[in-house]
Amino acid sequence: MTASPSLHAPELVCPAGTPTGLRTAVDAGAQAIYCGFRDETNARNFPGLNFDRAEMRDGIAYAHDHGAKVLIALNTFMRAGSIDLWKRGVDNAVEAGADALILADVALVSYARKAHPDQRLHLSVQAAAATPEAIAFYRDKFGIARVVLPRVLTLEEIARLTAAAAPCETEVFVFGGLCVMAEGRCSLSSYATGKSPNMTGVCSPPSHVQYREDKDTLVASVGGFTVERFARGEPAGYPTLCKGRFQANDADIHLFEDPVSLNAVELLPRLAEIGVSAFKIEGRQRGRAYVATVVRAFRRAVDSIATGGEVDVGELRALAEGQHDTTGAYKKAWR
Amino acid sequence: MSGRLPSVLTNAARALPLFPLELAVRRLFANVMEARPSIVGRLGEHGGCRFAVDPLDCPFAFVITPRDEHSPIRVVRDHSTAACDARIAAPLLMLLGMLDGTYDGDALFFSRDLVIDGDTGAVLALRNAIENAELDPSTVLGMPKPLRDPFNRAIELLLDRLRRTLDAPKPSGLGSKAYLT
Amino acid sequence: MSKILTRLSLTLGPVLFNWPTDRWVDFYARIADEAPVDHVCIGEVVCSKRQPFRDNVTLDTVERLERGGKEVVHATLALPTTAREVRAINEVIEAGYLIEANDITTVQLLDGRPHIIGPFLNIYNEATLAKHVALGASRICLPAELPLESIRLIAAGTNVAEVFAFGRAPLALSARCYHARANGLPKDACQFVCERDADGMDVHTIDGRPFLAVNGVQTLGYVVTAATRQIADLREIGVVSLRLSPQSCDMVRVITIFRDFADGHTTQEEAAEALSALTLPGPLSDGYLRALPGAHLVDEVD
Repeated sequence: MTASPSLHAPELVCPAGTPTGLRTAVDAGAQAIYCGFRDETNARNFPGLNFDRAEMRDGIAYAHDHGAKVLIALNTFMRAGSIDLWKRGVDNAVEAGADALILADVALVSYARKAHPDQRLHLSVQAAAATPEAIAFYRDKFGIARVVLPRVLTLEEIARLTAAAAPCETEVFVFGGLCVMAEGRCSLSSYATGKSPNMTGVCSPPSHVQYREDKDTLVASVGGFTVERFARGEPAGYPTLCKGRFQANDADIHLFEDPVSLNAVELLPRLAEIGVSAFKIEGRQRGRAYVATVVRAFRRAVDSIATGGEVDVGELRALAEGQHDTTGAYKKAWR
Repeated sequence: MSGRLPSVLTNAARALPLFPLELAVRRLFANVMEARPSIVGRLGEHGGCRFAVDPLDCPFAFVITPRDEHSPIRVVRDHSTAACDARIAAPLLMLLGMLDGTYDGDALFFSRDLVIDGDTGAVLALRNAIENAELDPSTVLGMPKPLRDPFNRAIELLLDRLRRTLDAPKPSGLGSKAYLT
Repeated sequence: MSKILTRLSLTLGPVLFNWPTDRWVDFYARIADEAPVDHVCIGEVVCSKRQPFRDNVTLDTVERLERGGKEVVHATLALPTTAREVRAINEVIEAGYLIEANDITTVQLLDGRPHIIGPFLNIYNEATLAKHVALGASRICLPAELPLESIRLIAAGTNVAEVFAFGRAPLALSARCYHARANGLPKDACQFVCERDADGMDVHTIDGRPFLAVNGVQTLGYVVTAATRQIADLREIGVVSLRLSPQSCDMVRVITIFRDFADGHTTQEEAAEALSALTLPGPLSDGYLRALPGAHLVDEVD
């Protein structure tokens, strides 16, 4: 696949779950890193993950020394009665020297804009801004500089939104976990476990995941609801509620989505043409070995776009979890 | 047989007394905790958990409560006899490979080489803490600084040999191209 | 209770399911004539493809509801994406109807005009609620997953908070149609299979345990939310309205049960018993309000 020459190459935005992960991603060629504080202010509030204040300062220093930006995600919805935790997070992120804050809660966006008028703000995918009007709301009222688009849009919709959003930039997910539900608007986890992405920053929380051996099968459940059974030797995946197998219409099916992950590598040149400003790789919860490999491969792809060279699709094909990937909603047939 | 130690060896290991092994493992763990105090902080609320680390091809398992340099560690013949909050089981080579980043825990779990039981949150916290710690053989053994690089290289070569000989899964770790092949 | 409390109003939420047009018309006719409900939301929230079927009957339905003394609210799409869908929302706004916004798109289009907000916007705290009030929202149905403790902190002193009190709780929205997918059909040629399931299509775990319900692009809980145990608390903490979400059961009866109980004519036990006597698509639950999993049943041991 050849991109037209001298295309402006989008920025590669990569995940970091830990300080080591951040250094790994920077070394592998990330142009921007996104990460969060170790509390419920960010949507990857998993055990053992994320940054304390000192680690964040050091991480930003390392990234800046190597010419990379750091975007701090404070992208959960503030808990009633505890909104100071989120506001303090915003203040700390600004003090630490974040290049941008990634926010979702309207009132937190509003606070960040008032308290830090010059701080660059991005709109998190958790805000699910999927129309020109929704983007205009955040751009015109709060000066949002970039919006991370939901993974439920088609290429045509992304093109339309990118054109309409200007001067606000757009960022799209190109690799990793695939949310089949509109992000930031899903309560499947709290329905099964009492904890949810919006309220606690966790999806299918590990604290409620159980693996049980039943004769020759491994049974995975979330909150006591069986989500998948794996035969012996069959590759197992993390039991995410929306990727589970359920009984519907008299059949056992992956009702919402097959256990696949997003891989939009073949669409990179087209996304760049559309004018998307940044490509985002999902996976703050993934290990540094994985991050290094994915970031290196995508950096090569992005560099190819910049020079009008070939994007090696095959190389990135094999990267997806369980070897199965999809371009997701970006192609309309997915729906 | 995909990464497992030969049974000749494991049968022989059955004859080993547990106490010296326990002392040795305590020493190694103390080295790690001294060099990487961040591990405990990262474990957070899961720091008090009892983890059973169970090398499937060895006739013993370790029960560890990662607190500090003096963390309690027990070596048991059979993991099922020891009370624990979470269990992590895989062939020894793979457990070692996860320590130094040769293997990615997710990949081993997805391929079913790694088995986990009990408190999934605690296992995830431990895995993330280890990921962040960037351990290498010399740190675990508490080597003095000048010897570290050549020692690490030597051990890596040895482990790589062993992985090939025992037909272990390809490394998924840093510098490898396992994801791309 | 010696404290004088304001009367709790009742809101009939929009019909979320794809009911045949005749059934839809009959449903609202009965509501108009018989139900002691204050606000009635009409309009398609889940899938824009269903809307054309009701275009010809909507005006008459609105008139009849208004004759019955109900405040009619035009509910709008929860996940608009296409330009056509956005235009359709704008047309309803321009026509001057009272609007229920279910996406930030609609809030932007309303541009400060007074409106209602449905349970699909992310309003999880007092500051965000205040923002929406400043933008013109006069009644706000909070997300169904919020516990009573949070509602208390959000609703206090605002006079705008509404709580999802009856019906299968909305859990998620997608660009993908699961009804079509489960029937092996592409979304563009869905044959409106969602019409078969008046309460959504039941989804069980693979070991046969009831779990969720699917309604086109929407996912709901299998259980039926019933906030009877919390009504006294809700009123006390400043909630002004209860949202009753239509299911295929006798909704006039549901509304009457909630009205009688809210007015103190019946006890909580009587209300709960009366609800249980109805033909419901699932068992009653108040897990979310009690900070438990949303699937937790009213009569389940904690």
